Amino acid sequence: MSDRLKPEPVSRRDFLGTAGLLASGVALLGSAVAAMRLPRPRALPEQGRAFRIGRPEEFPSGTSEIVPGRNVLVLSGPKGIAAISLVCTHLGCIVSPASGGFSCPCHGSRFDQLGGVTQGPAPRALPWLAVRKAPNGMLVVDGSQEVPPGTFHVA
Amino acid sequence: MKRGLAAFAANLRNLPATVRQSVIRRGSSGSARNSSLAVFGNVFLHLHATRIHRRTLRFTATMGLGMIAASAFGILCVTGLLLMVYYKPSTDLAYDSIKDIVTVVPSGRFVRNIHRFAAHIMVAAVLLHMARVFFAGAYKRGREFNWVVGIVLLILTLGLSFTGYLLPWDQLGYWAITVGSNIAASPRELTDALGITGWFDPGGFQKELLLGASEVGQEALTRFYLLHVVVLPVAMVALLAVHFWRVRKDGGLARPDEIRTRSGEGAPATDSLPTAPAEAPHKTYGLMCVVADRRPATDLDPVDTVPSWPFLLRAELLVFMVTFFACVALSLFWDAPLKTLANAAIPENPAKAPWYFLGLQELVSYSALMGGLVVPALSMLGLGLIPYLDRETADAGHYFAGRPGRRIAWLSALFAALFAVLAVAVPVNFGWLRNWFPDIDQLVIILVNPGTLLTFFYAAWSLIVLWRSGSTRLGAIALFTCFLVGFVILTYVGTSLRGPNWDFYWSQADWPVH
Repeated sequence: MSDRLKPEPVSRRDFLGTAGLLASGVALLGSAVAAMRLPRPRALPEQGRAFRIGRPEEFPSGTSEIVPGRNVLVLSGPKGIAAISLVCTHLGCIVSPASGGFSCPCHGSRFDQLGGVTQGPAPRALPWLAVRKAPNGMLVVDGSQEVPPGTFHVA
Repeated sequence: MKRGLAAFAANLRNLPATVRQSVIRRGSSGSARNSSLAVFGNVFLHLHATRIHRRTLRFTATMGLGMIAASAFGILCVTGLLLMVYYKPSTDLAYDSIKDIVTVVPSGRFVRNIHRFAAHIMVAAVLLHMARVFFAGAYKRGREFNWVVGIVLLILTLGLSFTGYLLPWDQLGYWAITVGSNIAASPRELTDALGITGWFDPGGFQKELLLGASEVGQEALTRFYLLHVVVLPVAMVALLAVHFWRVRKDGGLARPDEIRTRSGEGAPATDSLPTAPAEAPHKTYGLMCVVADRRPATDLDPVDTVPSWPFLLRAELLVFMVTFFACVALSLFWDAPLKTLANAAIPENPAKAPWYFLGLQELVSYSALMGGLVVPALSMLGLGLIPYLDRETADAGHYFAGRPGRRIAWLSALFAALFAVLAVAVPVNFGWLRNWFPDIDQLVIILVNPGTLLTFFYAAWSLIVLWRSGSTRLGAIALFTCFLVGFVILTYVGTSLRGPNWDFYWSQADWPVH
């Protein structure tokens, strides 16, 4: 019992040396970890993800239109209006309308007219984005809000 | 006073000699001692040994590949600095500044071309150097760590090339980096399939760290510029110093046992280099160390060695000049590409990465996660571990470890070629799982695709060779050969046989017109 309580003899010099080494190590490691926080932005610099596309009358049933500068296709059908993202879910290239749906120029993914994957490496369907009507009557596409495929906004 | 003037005049007369003496600190005679001091007393040159084995200078010993890569890096540093005089890393100005460099800046186009071709040459030389070192078994006997340093240098080389690709801010770079950063985000394929992306998203973290945003923009350009001109080159220089220094400290170039000792038996006598000059003293300098050998290393005359100064340095200068000449000659006839200004709405079609990534792009076209991250990471890990898993010491320094190794290398090359061609031909002709079972689960697509199958078969083949031959060296040769041949074939397919929409075309003449 008394043996266990007796502390190991450590000279003051050794203790201080080891403590100093450990303290420096902890301080440097902490600084390195803290410095790694910097490259990760707290807020991402990007334009607002929600944007106006126009009045419902501008999208007569049976038409589709790519919103300039937004890589979003606005579909108008008998069920209403919907927005499909044209950013390929594989590696972010912009798909273009092709026979029977969309095709991606980068790695050959193909999608059907509703964005479902039919061929290639794309891991999931093209996202459908929420469409809603603003108080002033304009239609707004919200790029930050994904909705299940086949969801149409009823005007 | 008169004495003072006389001393002053004498010092003035001796000025050239004293300055020279203070700088190089050795005599001017061509004695062996002075040759050694030239290397020994110079902070840059002392990365070399003072004397090297005669065999080191034979062309077939190295084919100069490491030096070609280092020369290309030097050329890249100088031309890169010149380009930085005019380049402006801003999305608004970058493209125009490159246009200025190409059209207005005196010899700007020429310098930019040299930069591009030196980068091509550097990547090719680094890959070939790795193959040369591997097949010579030069990663053994104390050289294990330097092999790992070499693998890191390969990754740095590819990183430098990748980051440089974005800087012109043209369509080529913009879409290559869009694709690349989404490969960094591709762990989402897995986390999405498992439904855990909401609270565990390593892919998104990597992409944000790389781009500083959710899309390629000013933040990304700033980061890539920083990486390209400061972070990666500085890391490269530091590791190159370690790499060179370790070549010397690990005992110089690996050479076969039979010409290892001082007897010189078995050493090639085909060259006419002077060895062991008559006036060579017993010791060239007074630094001794403990060596791992059964005999004391004292009293060994430097038989079969030649002074590095001037023989090795002369050879290095020759390789540098040839590399430089190649860059200049190519730059006179071909221009570095510059497409139209980056446009976030219209991707290049086909959007192709630089050639050494096209093998990966081929794999990525089956699964981004597997082809872009897992298979390359496994390849690099496998390459790095080779010297620790193959510890046979016989045959180090022999290309292909002699006849059995050569046979295994040929067989492996055939096997690898067959499966690489199958990995491309089957999906091109018959489609892949999604064409056969449209509702198949994404996890199956990730796990079972031509890229993962190819990796699996290559690994299995190496294990079979290992098992049948009972030799880890032969197993390593099988694995490395498969890796190399697969890389070459997939790179060729990605470069030459893929057209718009990544469709397969035998010739660019068959590409649809649009």
